[in-house]
Amino acid sequence: MIEGKIVKINGPIIQARGLESCGLYDVVEAGQAKLIGEIIRLEGDTATIQIYEDNTGMRIGEKVVSEERPLSVYLGPGLVGCIYDGIQRPLKDLYGISGAGLAAGAKAAALDLEKKWRWTPALKPGDRVTREALLGTVQETELLCHKVFLPPDSEGEEELGFVAPEGEYTVEQAVARTRSGRDIRLAHYWPVRKPRPYREKLGMSEPLLTGQRVIDVFFPLSKGGTAAIPGGFGTGKTMTQHAVAKWCDADIIVYIGCGERGNEMTDVLREFPEIKDPRTGRSLMERTILIANTSNMPVSAREVSIYTGVTLAEYYRDMGCGVAIMADSTSRWAEALRELSGRLEEMPAEEGFPAYLPTRLAEFYERGGRVTTLEGKTGSISIIGAVSPPGGDFSEPVTQHTKRFIRCFWALDRDLANARHYPAISWTESYSEYDEELKGWWEGVNPHWHTARSQAMELLKREERLAQIVKLIGPDALPDTQRLVLLVAEMIKNGFLQQNAFDDIDMYSSPEKQVLILKLIMDFYHRALEIIKAGSPLLKIRELSSLNTIVRLKSQVGNSDIEGIREIENRMNGELDKLEKEYRK
Amino acid sequence: MRGLEFKGVSSVSGPIVIVKRREDVGFSEIVAIRDGRGEKKTGRVVELSEEYAAIQVFGSTTGLSTEETSVEFLERPMELFLSKDMLGRVYDGLGRPSDGCAPPFSSTCRDVNGDPINPYARVYPRDFIQTGVSAIDGMNTLIRGQKLPIFSGSGLPHNRLAAQIIRQAKIRSDSGSFVMVFAAMGVKYDVARFFIQSFEESGVLSQVVMFLSLADSPSIERLITPRCALTAAEYLAFDCGMHVLVVMTDMTNYCEALREVSSIRGEIPSRKGFPGYLYSDLAALYERAGKIQGSGGSITQIPILTMPNDDISHPIPDLSGYITEGQIVLDREMSQKGIYPPVAGLPSLSRLMKDGIGEGMTREDHKDLASQLFAAYSKAKSVRNLASIIGEEELSGLDKNYLGFGDGFERNFLTQGETENRSIEETLDRGWESLKALPREELHRIKEELIEKYLPGAGGGGKA
Repeated sequence: MIEGKIVKINGPIIQARGLESCGLYDVVEAGQAKLIGEIIRLEGDTATIQIYEDNTGMRIGEKVVSEERPLSVYLGPGLVGCIYDGIQRPLKDLYGISGAGLAAGAKAAALDLEKKWRWTPALKPGDRVTREALLGTVQETELLCHKVFLPPDSEGEEELGFVAPEGEYTVEQAVARTRSGRDIRLAHYWPVRKPRPYREKLGMSEPLLTGQRVIDVFFPLSKGGTAAIPGGFGTGKTMTQHAVAKWCDADIIVYIGCGERGNEMTDVLREFPEIKDPRTGRSLMERTILIANTSNMPVSAREVSIYTGVTLAEYYRDMGCGVAIMADSTSRWAEALRELSGRLEEMPAEEGFPAYLPTRLAEFYERGGRVTTLEGKTGSISIIGAVSPPGGDFSEPVTQHTKRFIRCFWALDRDLANARHYPAISWTESYSEYDEELKGWWEGVNPHWHTARSQAMELLKREERLAQIVKLIGPDALPDTQRLVLLVAEMIKNGFLQQNAFDDIDMYSSPEKQVLILKLIMDFYHRALEIIKAGSPLLKIRELSSLNTIVRLKSQVGNSDIEGIREIENRMNGELDKLEKEYRK
Repeated sequence: MRGLEFKGVSSVSGPIVIVKRREDVGFSEIVAIRDGRGEKKTGRVVELSEEYAAIQVFGSTTGLSTEETSVEFLERPMELFLSKDMLGRVYDGLGRPSDGCAPPFSSTCRDVNGDPINPYARVYPRDFIQTGVSAIDGMNTLIRGQKLPIFSGSGLPHNRLAAQIIRQAKIRSDSGSFVMVFAAMGVKYDVARFFIQSFEESGVLSQVVMFLSLADSPSIERLITPRCALTAAEYLAFDCGMHVLVVMTDMTNYCEALREVSSIRGEIPSRKGFPGYLYSDLAALYERAGKIQGSGGSITQIPILTMPNDDISHPIPDLSGYITEGQIVLDREMSQKGIYPPVAGLPSLSRLMKDGIGEGMTREDHKDLASQLFAAYSKAKSVRNLASIIGEEELSGLDKNYLGFGDGFERNFLTQGETENRSIEETLDRGWESLKALPREELHRIKEELIEKYLPGAGGGGKA
């Protein structure tokens, strides 16, 4: 046990002497209150330590005890459905210990140490084992079969001397032992700042379906991809994150509330258990892990919460799961870096942020991706990071640097949000670099995906230019063909892009339905254009009753009711046929 | 050591005093400082090392000398004695009674910084508060346990609006009334007077705790004022089970005091000279609102801040907006047009509204109606811009409908008297009334059944 003494205190950054033999990023317990901290700099005999809790009352000369291991998370069955703070303290247990307020120094085990899990061995004594071999499984939830391996830092091949028979074990009981006498338990520690190993990274080929039309069709994200959602306050970053967390087709969701509101986490805690996953019919909480380090919780734990979250995600990825991380918000994390960097008296770069901000961002986003796991299965981590640019100005450092490391950019637009057009994802500023890679998959759903999508985007682009003219001279001065563009753009916005998160039908759109709606609107456009060219005034088109039906289709026709959509299509075609006949004479 | 005084300090610079002593000093604990004439001030330890302790003094450091000043470390954080008898009392910015009476008897004493609320312990707020103001109830509903600031500018009627909310706020589901905690930071005496008078007139003065740090008090005192107020609010809400409405004015002065101290301490500034931790610091205040498990009480916060130069992207409103659950933005142009309350329709927002309205809470049509009103008002605004360029005559029929809607909406829905207390039903009916100006096909945010029910027959405005 290495012990040191506190010599300087400046907010959450303290200095101690006597810790020369500790490693950088080792965990310490500081002061009488035994606050958790991490060594972030070693200089001569002085160690600089970042404290993860409120250190009011800490004194010069108090003890600092090193735990001689880096800041780690405890990985094992029982993580799913839990809510943790930034350093993996279970908030539910802390509530039992210290009540509604989070008292500094409170401690609780990250996993339930009493709970027994049903263990099914896959190997028997005498088998040779490497870190790539499946030792056995534990049914963590109805749906999640938790795989147990050797900790991934194990090297070489060993022979198993003992394997526990099928039965009930706690996370700390040995379920296997190697001939060399090493115990293997259901849970192990892993340092948060160290990426977990995998065999190789893979390309992207499958979308992360979110059920949100503007995302899935216009700006799709792939499984293992990275996306950023930047937007000023009130533009709906959290709403979009919640919607994706609810409806995306990942096996595990890690939701990191990093420096955001406490009530938002409460909202997730209250809402998720009640919502059924449309694919499995199970409660959403059975696939969700929450990391809550809200804005009023200690700032240094906010910095580490991102790493805690991504390490948990990697743990499940290694079992072959598709994991999606929501990080809300990475700007708060960057600000925590800035605050701590300021207290370390480092030379600031842009806007006071430390010069290593882009490096840290890159490291974080690179921990996402689709991989072949050590076991040889495919697992993925998709990262969706919210960015909160000051003043809604995307030219600030965090947004700009983030853009370099993500391939999907969902820019939220203030004007759309003001008109309560949600999700307020701007179709002019956003982009997705995954569209080509995902084309194949989508064409399997509906061969018209690509054409409908590019036509619609092109039409919106034209509408944007026309809107400039309309602003100056009014719409009536435009010819009917151009006014039709305005009309159809309005239909795309209201009937396709805008999606009501509180409507029972509209909150989630199946991929088939998404493409059908868009294709229907585009078909309408092409036919109407022909009719106008044949001499019909736009007024006649506007008066068609199917117009309104198409716009309301999203919330009137259920996801599996393809027939319902066909019916509307037939009605539309009928009406258009009639008009066409009139003018084609 | 408690009771042990050190004489002499090594430097005094603005509100920061450096003492070359370090025995038994705890970080962030409070310090009593006496100048040569025995006048007492309060301070707090902000930095400690083996050689020295840096103390931030709450109050003027005028007249402190390095030789004559004595310093006493009190071995406890800044604390406040709490009791139900605080209601009806007036305190100064540091939590000392300033109404001439003795402090209320109490044995409960809390650190004014409080502990962060465990997110697991929170109860999601969803009880609708009827403020009687249509612009708020209908469009930006206030929920019990919410933090909803008023973003205003100098010269706008934010104080009148806040006073109206205080007078009229009630919860429809139960009869329990609100108690008030009022924190004034760096505001003028007249403003404080206005609120006191308003409390008096509505007969709630005995239900208000006031913490006044007026414009002439030392600016650094303002850093403590909201913390005292929120500590009192937490006690009343979570220990005594009351519903507390906290009004804090003006947050801009608070942030400026923070900047002042930061610059004296030589910290690296971020935007506009404000310290990088402004967000965390504001969050430590705003997040002390809400409801928690095991207590019937709640804290609803209405902070008021004046946006410097009406700029909503200034760091103070910007960072506040990122923490609070929405914002009520007051608009100068509307105020000049004589609209009261001048609540800007589009930038205002209540994030908790979605879960606190609808059937069983307000009325089934509320969600759809509010969404439609927002969309239509947004359209009306862009039509107005167009009309100012090409002239009203050149507008299409539909655009003229929107123009009519915009005017009617501002006149009959947004505008109301300072003493006019509208029920939520009246507010919603007025919303439907203004939608009559639009053809029915335009109402695509509202379900057909609801249109049928609340707007029977054809939409008023006719075809485009």
